Amino acid sequence: MTALATPVATGVVTTSFAKRWRASIALAAIAVLSLMFFGLSVSSGDETSFSLSRSTDFFTIPDFSVPSRATGIVLSLLALGLAGYVAVAASRSRKVGLWLPIVFTTAVLLALLTWAGAGKDATSIQVTGLLTSAIILAVPLVFGSLAGTICERSGVINIAIEGQLLFGAFLAAVIGSATGSAYVGLIAAPIAGALVGSVLALFAVKYWVDQIVVGVVLNVLVVGITSFLFGTLLRNNPELNQATGLPSLPIPLLSKIPVLGPVLFDHTILVYVMYVIVTTLTIMMFKSRWGLRLRSVGEHPKAADTVGIKVNRTRVRATILGGAVAGLGGAFFTVASGLAFGKEMTAGKGFIALAAMIVGRWTPTGALAAALLFGFADSLRQQLGIIGSAIPSEFLAMLPYVATIFAVAGLVGHARPPAADGQPYKK
Amino acid sequence: MSATAEPQAPQRTRSDEARSMLREIAESSALVIVLAIVASLLLGGILIVLADPDVQEAAGYFFSRPADTLSAAWDALSSAYSAMFAGAVYNANAATFAGAIKPFTQTLTVATPLIFAGLGLGMGFRAGLFNIGAQGQIIIGATLGAMVGFMWHLPVGLHLLVAILACVLGGSIWGFIPGFLKARTGAHEVITTIMLNYIALNLVAYLLTREAFQRPGSNNPQTPVIDESAQYPLILGSQFPLHLGFVLAIAAAFGVWWLMERSTLGFQFRAVGANPQAAKTAGMSVPRAIILVMTIAGALAGLAGSAQILGTQKSLTVDIAASFGFDAITVALLGRSRPVGIVLAAILFGGLRASGPTLQVQAGLPIDIVLVMQSLIVLFIAAPPLVRFLFRLPSPRVVKEVTV
Repeated sequence: MTALATPVATGVVTTSFAKRWRASIALAAIAVLSLMFFGLSVSSGDETSFSLSRSTDFFTIPDFSVPSRATGIVLSLLALGLAGYVAVAASRSRKVGLWLPIVFTTAVLLALLTWAGAGKDATSIQVTGLLTSAIILAVPLVFGSLAGTICERSGVINIAIEGQLLFGAFLAAVIGSATGSAYVGLIAAPIAGALVGSVLALFAVKYWVDQIVVGVVLNVLVVGITSFLFGTLLRNNPELNQATGLPSLPIPLLSKIPVLGPVLFDHTILVYVMYVIVTTLTIMMFKSRWGLRLRSVGEHPKAADTVGIKVNRTRVRATILGGAVAGLGGAFFTVASGLAFGKEMTAGKGFIALAAMIVGRWTPTGALAAALLFGFADSLRQQLGIIGSAIPSEFLAMLPYVATIFAVAGLVGHARPPAADGQPYKK
Repeated sequence: MSATAEPQAPQRTRSDEARSMLREIAESSALVIVLAIVASLLLGGILIVLADPDVQEAAGYFFSRPADTLSAAWDALSSAYSAMFAGAVYNANAATFAGAIKPFTQTLTVATPLIFAGLGLGMGFRAGLFNIGAQGQIIIGATLGAMVGFMWHLPVGLHLLVAILACVLGGSIWGFIPGFLKARTGAHEVITTIMLNYIALNLVAYLLTREAFQRPGSNNPQTPVIDESAQYPLILGSQFPLHLGFVLAIAAAFGVWWLMERSTLGFQFRAVGANPQAAKTAGMSVPRAIILVMTIAGALAGLAGSAQILGTQKSLTVDIAASFGFDAITVALLGRSRPVGIVLAAILFGGLRASGPTLQVQAGLPIDIVLVMQSLIVLFIAAPPLVRFLFRLPSPRVVKEVTV
């Protein structure tokens, strides 16, 4: 993003005091709210039951119940303690690791779950189901945010993730139906995404059009084209838009481990591909020559050019690669979910992916973590809908967006984009 | 950067890049705009032809009788474009003159929210702010307007005024937030406004599940119809949809023109857009300008919401903003961020959109083709060299690269 979190044109110098204490104050506020709502407000006799195992596992962990109020209080106090730890670290100018936000979030979310299931004797919280659907719902977000990371690391803003997901979903459904094979559809999806990516590269790198403008317009264009073809071509030829599903491929042995098995190792090939891409990309981006060049082009294109790196060629390739990754993620909506293509079926997931990229601070692992968190929020929304909870589902749906605003406003941590993000390179 | 009329500042920061791109759009010649529209209609036409079942059938024996394919293609195209014309401008088949010009008044009605929101976004662009949040600002504005419209029962005249003010208030709050965040923390407005769009959407979805917002006897999430005293009066009589909002939109265009071109505040906005460092050196408060621009842009988007809730929809649903917030971006870009251009662009896109139902009925084409053409127009206009290349036009001047 152009000057995403840099106070260019603001003229306001944030005092170092506010900067230093901001994170701990925000975390403490969340912990206190959690204590009040998920701990103290629960009546003391209530219990929450959790269910962990499937019958097909190697061994079953029996369902268990915990006293709701005490658990909520303990978890919230743990969160409060972590906020205190951040404050201590800040006062000594020490950095805290990635583990802290993860443990903090987990504690607050567990407190929320305990609260949601409090006093509901008939239903138990299906932890395994909750986590499994979190992984599944996170798939398009992971692919999308990785796509964004690749593009923006090279200095090209990719707002068109939404369009790339949608076009990937479209082509996967059409090619999958035409050939009768979901796997062929899966191969077509990245091609569709790469196509959108190359248009973005053409306008952004060759014609120096503002990348945000191109991205926004490309999203509209893809919605227009796919909806138009959906209303004409696919309606006249329904055989081109069948629900062809990828089979689930449980990994032998691993998938039988309680909790972890179904959550991680009992999915379609798309999820396994996702694991591979996240791992490869993390290694490639920070340990390989390709990654170094990619990052240098995004941070300081002139310096990169001086040492002989072809800036624009690198950017075009990165943008097309990013498009392909997002396109592959689009296959989630159609072939991987066993659904036919529907109008605007990505429903803003591309923008949540963009948010995940920012919250994940432009790194593949961060993007993965943020995407999983957002996927979990979505899964939680569904689960709470089943249990019946006092939190309206709309507020849970807002969570990723609010989290992103907090992240870019620097209230929790500081998000810094690649230095040359969004700037065309002109020799 | 290809040659622009003004001398470039020697030092360019990264936010200048976006601005100089907007300037380039502003200075692309009228010819490029016309050609961009022509190229988009042609490309849209190709899509129409490809998707036409008659053409596909005739193409099956293309090599034995190629004329069939061509005539089928011609039929598809002419029926699409004549349906568009009949749906947006003048319906020659109508029995009365009033019926014949009704499509054009429909076009102006659809253009009304686009003018309002486009004006706000255009102001932002000129101040160097890329506000994508019109969608959310429209939603929140319309929500507050609807609440005044059906919850309060005020005298005629006053009710409409209060409802309009409520829309303005809602929009400005939703515009103020990203402006404030940008000014205080540097949070990029593109990200915050996109996120606020979704927050607004979820907020209104939540409100519509509340009992206070539920229309009695309806299972759909929609509010009661707002009081007649809070609705924009129809200005051409009951047979035409055009309402007072259109007049307000034209007035707003004048207002924005005056603000940007004639007032000190507008000068500050433009100065901040052109070069924030210089503006700061000259003693202007950049954060104040950013917050004000975003708030005024939000207020204008709120007025777009009023055109929806008080003018055409009259009851609140989750779809109250349709896609006007996003369409307004293309309107502002096509209108080169200038009030006159925005009004004309809004009428063009309003016409495309208004022709949707006719296109569907007469030519059997989904309205989405309009989105395709709209986005292609903006893409082409944003890249004048591409249009020049497509039509083999010479570059207007000798391009001298400005090295950073």
